[in-house]
Amino acid sequence: MKLTPVLSATWNQSDSFTIDAYRRNGGYTAVKKALAMEPDAVIALIKDSGLRGRGGAGFPTGMKWSFIPQGDGKPHYLVVNADESEPGTCKDMPLLLANPHVLVEGIIIASYAIRSNHAFIYIRGEVVHVIRRLQQAVADAYKAGLLGKNLDGKGFDLDLVVHAGAGAYICGEETALLDSLEGFRGQPRLRPPFPAIAGLYACPTVVNNVESIASVPSIINGGTEWFGSMGTEKSKGFTLYSLSGHVKRPGQYEAPLGITLRELLEMSGGMREGHTLKFWTPGGSSTPIFTAEQLDVPLDYEGVASAGSMLGTKALQIFDETTCVVRAVLRWSEFYKHESCGKCTPCREGTWWLVQILKDLEAGKGSAADLDKLLDLCDNILGRAFCALGDGATSPITSSIKHFRAEYIAHVEAGQCPFDPVASTLFSGANA
Amino acid sequence: MSLKEATSSQMDEIIARYPRSRSAIMPLLHLVQSVEGFVTPEGIEIVAAKLGLTTAEVSAVATFYTQYKRRPVGEYHVGVCTNTLCAVMGGDAIFSGLKDHLGIGNDESTADGKVSLEHIECNAACDYAPVVMVNWEFFDNQTVESAKGLVDSIKAGNPPAPTRGPNKLPTWKENSAVLAGMNDGHANEGVQAGPASLAGLEIALEQDPESGKQR
Repeated sequence: MKLTPVLSATWNQSDSFTIDAYRRNGGYTAVKKALAMEPDAVIALIKDSGLRGRGGAGFPTGMKWSFIPQGDGKPHYLVVNADESEPGTCKDMPLLLANPHVLVEGIIIASYAIRSNHAFIYIRGEVVHVIRRLQQAVADAYKAGLLGKNLDGKGFDLDLVVHAGAGAYICGEETALLDSLEGFRGQPRLRPPFPAIAGLYACPTVVNNVESIASVPSIINGGTEWFGSMGTEKSKGFTLYSLSGHVKRPGQYEAPLGITLRELLEMSGGMREGHTLKFWTPGGSSTPIFTAEQLDVPLDYEGVASAGSMLGTKALQIFDETTCVVRAVLRWSEFYKHESCGKCTPCREGTWWLVQILKDLEAGKGSAADLDKLLDLCDNILGRAFCALGDGATSPITSSIKHFRAEYIAHVEAGQCPFDPVASTLFSGANA
Repeated sequence: MSLKEATSSQMDEIIARYPRSRSAIMPLLHLVQSVEGFVTPEGIEIVAAKLGLTTAEVSAVATFYTQYKRRPVGEYHVGVCTNTLCAVMGGDAIFSGLKDHLGIGNDESTADGKVSLEHIECNAACDYAPVVMVNWEFFDNQTVESAKGLVDSIKAGNPPAPTRGPNKLPTWKENSAVLAGMNDGHANEGVQAGPASLAGLEIALEQDPESGKQR
C-alpha cells in the first residue's frame, strides 16, 4: 500500500503555515464551493464520504453534524478538540504547526453546515508555538474576510476563538472539554443529553477532532469518490499514523485506512538496528497493546477492534525487546492516576490502587496473587467509571497481563526488575 | 502599576471574545501568570471580581489545571516528559540527570530563580522522543548531556532557540501572555516542520513523485 499525503502534502514547504502558501497550494477554494451549496447538502456530502472521527471513537462526522436540530432558535456551536494529550498521540500538533489554515477552512465549512456563528478551537496549553501559529492563522483569515460578517453574501457570520487549555488530559473528553470551556473544572458530564442537544452553554454543539475537520476541505474539493478510493469499505479515506519509539524513522505517515504496521515498518526502515518488536499500541495508551502477532492487522476501525484493541488516535508507539513491559504499564498507570479528575470513585480510587500494586510488582516486591488483584480492580473500573479515562486506564494492564504474564512473574521471582533501563534509551549506543 | 491596572483592559478584551464571561476564566488566569509568574491570591481576587464569581469558584478552577502555578516557577520552566515512551527512550535518565545537575527536585526552582524543573506528561511530540519543554516550547530529541547543556546556557543568560519554535526562547511570563490569547508576533518564526513530521511525506514522494498533488 502506498502513502497518501493530503493534509501533510505541503509540510515540506518552508512557509507552509502562511495564508499565502495555503492559497498557493489550492487552499480556501473548498470553502467557496461549500458556501455556494445549501448547508444540508454539505452535511449530506460529508455523510456520503464516509468520513469518521479521527480523534479515537470513529463516529461518522456527517452524522454528528446532522444531529444538530435546525430551526430551534438556539445558537449552535462548533468546538474543535485540539487537546491532543493521549500518550503517544502526536499528529494534530505537527498538523497545526505546519498547516493551521486547513483547520480554519474546515471550521468555516463545518460551521456553515451546522449553522453555527461561533466556533472554538480548544487547544492544549503546553504547545505555545502551535498556539501562535493558530492565532496568526485566525487573524489572517479575518483580515482576508474569510472569518467575520456575511461570509457567503447571504448573511452567514462566523467568529472563531482560539482557547488555550492549562494542562488536563481529561479535557480531551468532549463533555469535560465543554465544562472547561464554560469556565469550570474540566470534569465529564452525564450523557444523555449529548452535546448535539445540550453542549456548550446547553446549546446544540458539535465537538470534532482537529484531523476530522481538517479533512473536510479536501473532501469538498476531491469529492466522495476520490475520498472513498482510499481506505476500506467501512473505514474510508486517508489518515495520519504516528510512528514513535524504537523504530529507525519515527514520524507522521499519512496513509489509507487499513494499512498495516508491517507495511509501515517496511517502508520506513523497520525497527532500530539489531532489535526486534516486542509490543506496540495501535492508538495511544488507552488502546490494548499488541505484539508482533498483530503486525498484519489492518489499521482501520473494524480491523483493530476485531483484533481486540481500538484504532484510537493511530498513535503507534513501538517498543523493542529491551523494554520492560511492567515499567511501561506502571508509567501509563501513574499517568491515569495523575489525570483522573476525581469525579467518580472507580477511577479516582481505582487508579490509585493500580499504581500501588504495579509499583510493587515492578520493584520485584509483588506476588503472583497481585496479578489477580490487578485484574479484579480493572474489572471494577471498566464500564463502571464515569467516562472513558477509567476504561482506558485498564487497557494497558489487562492487555499486558494477557500477552506478558510470564514477565510479571519473572519480576516476582527475581525480586527485582530484570531489565536494564539504559538498553532501551535512544542514546544507549545500540542506535548509534 | 498594580496587577489590576496592568491587566484590566486586556481582561476586558479577552472577556469580549466569549458569549458568556465565565468562559474567559482560563485565559484570564494565564494573563495573571504573565504578570505575576504564578496565580497569586490577588490574581484570584481580580479575576473573581471581573467575572462576578467568588474567589472560591476561581480557586477551584485554578487548582484543577497543572499549568497554573501556586508558587513562583523559574524564568525558564523546564519540563521533562516522563510518560512511558519518552521515559523509556531516555526521559527518566534526563530527568534524574537534570535533578542532580541543578541540585533541585521535581517542582522546585534554582536559588537564582532562573530555572525550575518538572516532570511532565505526554506533550504530543512522541516522534521526537525524548522531549524536553522549556516554557512550553519544544526541545526535541534530547540526551542527558544536551539537556544539561540546555539548562547551563539558560543559567548563563544565553537560552538557545527551541527546535520547533520562535527564534528566541521567550520567558515563562512572555509565553503565559500568548496562552492568554495575546499574539506576540513570533508565529512566522521557526521551522514549519521538524524532520520526523516530514518522514512520511518524503517516503511518499520517493514512492510516487506526484503524490499529494491530487487534492
